[in-house]
Amino acid sequence: MSGQSTYVPKNALAKWFEARLPIGGLMHSSFIAYPTPRNLNYMWTFGGILSFMLGAQILTGIVLAMHYTPESSLAFNSVEHIMRDVSGGWLLRYLHLNGASLFFAAAYIHTARGLYYGSYKSPREVLWILGIIILLLMMATAFMGYVLPWGQMSFWGATVITNLFSAIPIVGDTIVTYLWGGYAVGNPTLNRFYSLHYLLPFVIAGVVALHVWALHVAGQNNPTGIDVKSSKDTVPFTPYATVKDALGLVVFLLVYCWFVFYEPNILGDADNYIQANPLKTPPHIVPEWYFLPFYAILRSMPDIFFIPAKLAGVMAMFGAILMLALVPWLDTSRVRSARFRPLYRPFFWVLILVCIGLGYIGAKEVTPGRIVVGQILTAYYYVHFLVILPLLGLIETPNDMPNSISESVLGGNATAVPAGAHAAPERKG
Amino acid sequence: MATGAVTAQGVRTQESVDQGKRDFLYIATAAFGAVGAVAAIAPFINQLAPDAETIAAGAPIEVDLAPIAEGQIMHVVWRSKPIFVRHLTQKEVEESKTADWHEMIDPAPEQARVKDGHDQWLVVIGICTHLGCIPLDKEGPYGGWKCPCHGSLYDPLGRVRHGPAPANLAVPPYAFLSDTKIRVG
Repeated sequence: MSGQSTYVPKNALAKWFEARLPIGGLMHSSFIAYPTPRNLNYMWTFGGILSFMLGAQILTGIVLAMHYTPESSLAFNSVEHIMRDVSGGWLLRYLHLNGASLFFAAAYIHTARGLYYGSYKSPREVLWILGIIILLLMMATAFMGYVLPWGQMSFWGATVITNLFSAIPIVGDTIVTYLWGGYAVGNPTLNRFYSLHYLLPFVIAGVVALHVWALHVAGQNNPTGIDVKSSKDTVPFTPYATVKDALGLVVFLLVYCWFVFYEPNILGDADNYIQANPLKTPPHIVPEWYFLPFYAILRSMPDIFFIPAKLAGVMAMFGAILMLALVPWLDTSRVRSARFRPLYRPFFWVLILVCIGLGYIGAKEVTPGRIVVGQILTAYYYVHFLVILPLLGLIETPNDMPNSISESVLGGNATAVPAGAHAAPERKG
Repeated sequence: MATGAVTAQGVRTQESVDQGKRDFLYIATAAFGAVGAVAAIAPFINQLAPDAETIAAGAPIEVDLAPIAEGQIMHVVWRSKPIFVRHLTQKEVEESKTADWHEMIDPAPEQARVKDGHDQWLVVIGICTHLGCIPLDKEGPYGGWKCPCHGSLYDPLGRVRHGPAPANLAVPPYAFLSDTKIRVG
């Protein structure tokens, strides 16, 4: 978004306002005239999808908050009240519940796109790190939100995860007590989680604004990983990217609505329809599916030298996210996109499979066999980031790359001007 | 309309636009989008309506009139509002029938305030029609009610005689199940 805005307001009132607060020009240059690589595929629609889902979660969350009671003896019943008594309450609850799952699905796909096409590489490192921060905030928000219905899984999941912090040496126990606001998870915990669960999505929105800003400084990456060289390589964001995002969103919403209307509880745990009982732990505590890989890493760590297993598990779990944040510096390849990296590509897919495998291990009960598998998968995860990524860049021979984006789109005819109506859709004929 | 011709290099040449088709598509999309937006917003507006629990709690109540002596006023609650059930004395019934109701602030004859054959029973919502305070029983020169907030005066039939209230005390829906029992709501 450099240089003079091309936005010229049409009427006098708009001109007057624009001179005082140039928001029209900002919107125009960011989302209408903004030059977008012409070769983006549907993997690039997930940013728009994620923005929509954030708005949807905030909207459904605000109306749910009009009916929910954050008090430990009333919370569970208030959720049932929403489901049974509030007009359309069942729909709002299922939208919010499945919205969280679909939000994470989109976020993981969006991140995987970044890993595949090298979107984290210079000059997009800060953009990438902002994205990881958003992921962390999402995880905190989702965790606290899951506690609010005060079911068995809500309560015991909260107990397990807050107890993690006692692994921190010296200050751990104090931190846990301050998190709880008492001697165990209880009403004070529920109330503060409710307050923070309401707050964090707006913090996420703020970081998303920074994320989009950082994106617009560097411009979008594209499937070839080749920089934009001229205006022949780009099209205006509106209508091209706008409509593509809209179609991607519609397909995504179809999947979302399938869950909401046909299988609203399939991603959840039946135990959370039992009211929390602080004196009875369910036989099988499992977090929601989007936390399962991290849960597997947490459970698989043994004692490591002087670090007790509990602390090692916590460190490995947060370290897994740290690995993601460090990818811009761990990847030594000069080539951005996996499209031209024949050696990296299979390793990328192996990483995806390893993450799915970790998720499977996280869902299952702990057996000696599964512990070993979990440890192998966790070790491989770290090896991918700390060993494979740095090495690959050094030893890999990339495929031949086209000279520019328009060359890759037009097939060797980069000098031909893209013709016809679609070059200037805002003009008729 | 003509579709684009293709050059030897596979690049499309200038083509004309079917503006009619384009207009139709724009309008059809906008119309569908508008309908979809309304359908999507509707649940968020509807959830503001009283929910089933509130509606159930606002179900009609039965009030037994037998314990209410002549001259007594009983207070009950219906839909979170105070309801005054007043057993008027003979004197109050006669005075209400003879009072000149045409010049009142909110003109209402005696027959409009009570049910046929039950002249001695008044059932009103005990909320002052000015700004919503609860008037005090048997206070004021008319012997009806007086509102402590801004001084509105009501007669024994709940008709406003002195402002600033603009209207008589509201009569809720009610019916006699027998001579000694009513259902309010």
